[in-house]
Amino acid sequence: MDRALRRKFANQAFVVICTGAALVALGALALIMFSLLTKGVGGVDLMLFTADTPAPDSPGGLRNAIIGSILMCGVAMMIAVVIGVLAGTWLAEIGGDTPYGHVVRFLNDVLLSAPSILIGLFVYWWVVVPMGGFSGWAGAIALGILATPIVTRTTEDILNLQPNALREAGMALGASQWVTVRSIIWKAAGAGMLTGGLLGFARISGETAPLLFTALNNQFLSFDMSKPFASLPGAIYPFAMSPYETWNTLAWAGALLITLAVLGVNILGRWLARDKDHK
Amino acid sequence: MSLQSARHPDPVDPIFRGLAFAAATTLLLTLGGLIVALMIGGWPAISKFGFGFLTSSTWNPVTEVYGAAGPIVGTLITAVLSLAIALPIAVCVSVFLTQYCPKAIAQPVSTAIELLAGIPSIVYGMWGLFVFAPWFARTVQLPILTSLDPESFWGKLLAGVPNGANIFTASIVLAIMILPYMSAVFRELFRSIPPQVREAAFGLGCTSYEVVGSVLIPYVKKGMIGVVMLGFGRALGETMAVTFIIGNSHRFPDSLFASGSTLASTIANEFNEASGVHLASLIALGLVLFLITFTVLAIARALLSSQRY
Repeated sequence: MDRALRRKFANQAFVVICTGAALVALGALALIMFSLLTKGVGGVDLMLFTADTPAPDSPGGLRNAIIGSILMCGVAMMIAVVIGVLAGTWLAEIGGDTPYGHVVRFLNDVLLSAPSILIGLFVYWWVVVPMGGFSGWAGAIALGILATPIVTRTTEDILNLQPNALREAGMALGASQWVTVRSIIWKAAGAGMLTGGLLGFARISGETAPLLFTALNNQFLSFDMSKPFASLPGAIYPFAMSPYETWNTLAWAGALLITLAVLGVNILGRWLARDKDHK
Repeated sequence: MSLQSARHPDPVDPIFRGLAFAAATTLLLTLGGLIVALMIGGWPAISKFGFGFLTSSTWNPVTEVYGAAGPIVGTLITAVLSLAIALPIAVCVSVFLTQYCPKAIAQPVSTAIELLAGIPSIVYGMWGLFVFAPWFARTVQLPILTSLDPESFWGKLLAGVPNGANIFTASIVLAIMILPYMSAVFRELFRSIPPQVREAAFGLGCTSYEVVGSVLIPYVKKGMIGVVMLGFGRALGETMAVTFIIGNSHRFPDSLFASGSTLASTIANEFNEASGVHLASLIALGLVLFLITFTVLAIARALLSSQRY
């Protein structure tokens, strides 16, 4: 009887602890979202999108940073999609079972979770130093390298899910591997691959560390990617660290924008993936 | 679709295969290029300070003497502490979501947690700096500072400037940051266990605590260790969340509530003002960080891939 009681008690204590831990965790995360909303919403107005980053204690917005982020992420995603889709396709359709394929898959997994600041150092050494200065291109390359492993991984996973009957059907019609992959496999896996791209985009749009010494920052609106380039994270970091209240407000507003963008893209990606499952 | 006969193979095919192979090789070259860059870039510092670079805690840009011991220890302490905080909570959260939570709530909560895992680390850093650190200094650090004898063991362990920017608060912010990620993956692991395993344990008369503790967790043990290592790797290399709140001092950390630095935060803070040996030392810090995280991630991946469900 004693033993049964003890077991019952241990079990109930465990349930309480688990529930409590879940509440603590969710509470902490809710607290962060709450701070972000209350501090960020105050800074969101029309000027945020129409004015450039200001001098201390004067009004301004984040237009140059928003445009800079969009441009750099856009170029980065072009790099990531081209390399990632091809590499993922190679792993799934051509050489994934060779020893070399295993090495590539393993290293891709390592790159997937490598510290982003190291990617920044890599691009600094191989792009910024040879090109003679910080530039938007360097920032875009750094972000592209961060997104590529994600695209590679999801592409390989999605292609592996496609039934072999599709490949056999293509071959039976006499189509080459290229035509089979392009017209059948990629088409069938389209939604999933798009999700992979969106996940990669969500990951890089908030990345700050690798931009610090690749794109640096730019106070003015610029479309010249061979010069130092503005970005939202690149503007938020110094603004948040500064003692000026106007800058702090802008930093919170920027953080809110990034978070909403990341959440939005993530939700869109999930929605696309779910749509595919239900067909 | 253009049809091809075996006698006239598609001329695009070899090009496609070549391009795909080149793309896969690009990944390999990226990692190789990273190692080469860190070694060449850090070489002036490594050759000048030798092994002492790892053991000295002097970091002095004026006299141009650099040692990485402070940031290395800071990195390890924050990563281990944050893991010690996040791991039990993450396990509890995933157990709660898969075992106890009503189905109607479990799905939205799980989705919310997965979404939170994607929030940029700079947001966690700002929250730590503006909200958490002032609160911590006021309600935890000050009372402790005034009530403890500074010469006692606890007094020494918890000594520090009460501004909330220290190793301990940095670890807590890190823990909150890796929490959603670890909870989400643990939940996936638990869900991957065949329902028969659970049912069999319940059928033997186990309480749900015994089912989780003696059957489910051992069942996915290897995968869990892999996830822990991945979380550890993330905590080791995290830059922005830590840089905001750790206080950025290079001395060897002597108390939990003292300001410190990590490898990543030092690089992020000083890189743009550095040149010469200072720059090389920062890149050498990157090399140290790479070696640590690469080892951790390699072990994590090996464990995870040996247990796929």
